[in-house]
Amino acid sequence: MPETQIPVTVLTGYLGAGKTTLLNRILSENHGKRYAVVVNEFGEIGIDNDLIVESDEEIYEMNNGCVCCTVRGDLIRVVEGLMKRPGGFDGILVETTGLANPAPVAQTFFMDDDVKARAKLDAVITVADAKHLLQRLEDAPEAEEQIGFADVILLNKTDLVTPAELAEVESRIRSINSHAIVYRTERCAIPLDRVLDRGAFDLDRILSLDPDFLDSDSHEHDHHDHEHHDHDHDDHDHGHDHHHHHHDNAVSSVSLRGGALDPELIFPWISRITQEFGPDILRLKGILALKDDPERYVVQGVHMIIEGDHQRAWRDGETRDSRLVFIGRKLDETMLKTGFEACLA
Amino acid sequence: MPATQQFPFAAFVVEVAFLGDHTVFALGDGSLRWVEGNVAKKAEIHSGAILSAAPTRDGKAMVTGGDDGKVVLVDASSAVKRIALVEKKWIDHVATGPDGAVAFAAGRQVFIRLGDGREKVLDLERAVGGLAFAPKGTRLAVASYDAVTLWWAGTDAEPVRLAWKGAHLGVAFSPDNRFVVSAMQENALHGWRLEDGKDMRMSGYPAKTRSLAWTPKGRFLATSGANSAVLWPFQSKNGPMGKQPTLVGGRADMLATRVAAHPREEKVAIGYQDGMVILADIGERKEVALRKAGGGPISALAFDKTGKRLAYGTEDGTGAIVTL
Repeated sequence: MPETQIPVTVLTGYLGAGKTTLLNRILSENHGKRYAVVVNEFGEIGIDNDLIVESDEEIYEMNNGCVCCTVRGDLIRVVEGLMKRPGGFDGILVETTGLANPAPVAQTFFMDDDVKARAKLDAVITVADAKHLLQRLEDAPEAEEQIGFADVILLNKTDLVTPAELAEVESRIRSINSHAIVYRTERCAIPLDRVLDRGAFDLDRILSLDPDFLDSDSHEHDHHDHEHHDHDHDDHDHGHDHHHHHHDNAVSSVSLRGGALDPELIFPWISRITQEFGPDILRLKGILALKDDPERYVVQGVHMIIEGDHQRAWRDGETRDSRLVFIGRKLDETMLKTGFEACLA
Repeated sequence: MPATQQFPFAAFVVEVAFLGDHTVFALGDGSLRWVEGNVAKKAEIHSGAILSAAPTRDGKAMVTGGDDGKVVLVDASSAVKRIALVEKKWIDHVATGPDGAVAFAAGRQVFIRLGDGREKVLDLERAVGGLAFAPKGTRLAVASYDAVTLWWAGTDAEPVRLAWKGAHLGVAFSPDNRFVVSAMQENALHGWRLEDGKDMRMSGYPAKTRSLAWTPKGRFLATSGANSAVLWPFQSKNGPMGKQPTLVGGRADMLATRVAAHPREEKVAIGYQDGMVILADIGERKEVALRKAGGGPISALAFDKTGKRLAYGTEDGTGAIVTL
């Protein structure tokens, strides 16, 4: 089996957000690396490159009774085909359609053993249109999922909004996904090392690069007016009410933090939570301090798929803290917090 | 170990076949290598990788499909005939049939070229996972999502749809034309008895089955995807229904990646993930190692017509011919 897995960057974003601009930038910049690029259609790609593959999204539902266990069949085929080429690649970029739910793409790299042996998800990059994102979040669940799934968000077209509007959009992004790295851009102008080969999806790396990555920043949630739950549902003025709709089913993040955990308790708990609420959990990331264990344990998941492994030994003087983040819909923060705390050793 | 001729090709071996006096290796660097005696002649065919290749039924030529969108037929004189070019598409699968028929798939389209020059394009709703011609007649099986469809290539008749939920990634007819078997995304095979459409489920694999081979007279279907070759009995009227498979070449924690059936005897060659190759006698349960473990997974495996020679190739670019 190959010893190194090729990093895969997934590029999502709603229609018109600027994905193609970023892709063209990646393809035309002189970075000396070889990227294979999987696109939906060649249409707007201005560059002729034999490493661009056009692929129709093929969603495979798995016959295992799990409704959210879907993978991208075309990616399985493309990765397999790319591996036959000599010389190898520095990375694979997958552009999803604007309306795509990123879950099947991400799950492909966890669920398909052949793909897993050869490639691994590096990061989910979401390009968001600063001018239109708030509206998209109201009318398109995909837009919200794309923000929820992201490791890195390019808040693009910042030149088209006022500073106040920009602050509002960014705050809204933070309320959905408090753990993604957000860059403000115009025409997707960004040094490519911020988006490529980030290891952002890979906890092993992000935690060693940025130990505060999973730190709770719950103050960002303030913008969210939770009082709207008490809205009078008999209110006939739906026209004005409409933009509050996301509160019923909104994507948000819950950060949990504590000391050493009892492995006899935490693993069954994570397993039960993901079994029960998997369809609503977009992402799960965590680093765990297990009782009497000299090594840090990292977990990550997409919906019902959870992966975990020992990462490295705890360093001398390092605080043995456990941190766990859920990003998803209808997350019950109190229930998660209580459950998590019951697993403390 | 039997006498083995080894070639360092340094490119993924996609397929291997014996054509007349030659052993032909189709490689991931887009080339074919024609081995005659001790010489391996290189024929550069595709600008990208060869994704799929199949020898023609008359055993004189090889058909290859590449990620450059080309489908090419090459014979032993190295005469290259381009069959098709599908712009900006990958040719994911090729299959060869009777009287020079060729079928190939690019995404959701299947193209059929009959020996007499007639052409047909099939538009499917979902991407094609595999293609196979029936042993007799120009009938083509197309594996896709939720079904395998059977098309009469020479007519415009509606296809027969063999439905089964899930992604079908490979397909084969039994040599007696009575069964169709598909390999699925979820580590299982599915089979249909053609006379009545009865379903058969063959499961229990730890990995996907990528390689299927019928032993002489179609008595067993040998399959990869487990830590042994899994042989399903097809000699009875009901095929493998209600029967246990025979397992040969079992190894702890090492998956069989390719199987090939001896053309005359009840023997199968098995290639593994760790590069090992063995020859197993099904009845006697005797196994002979033909290659020690080492290097990349076995990615291609084929007997010649008489069963006297076996050729294999690996993902990391070794090709070899074994005289048994």
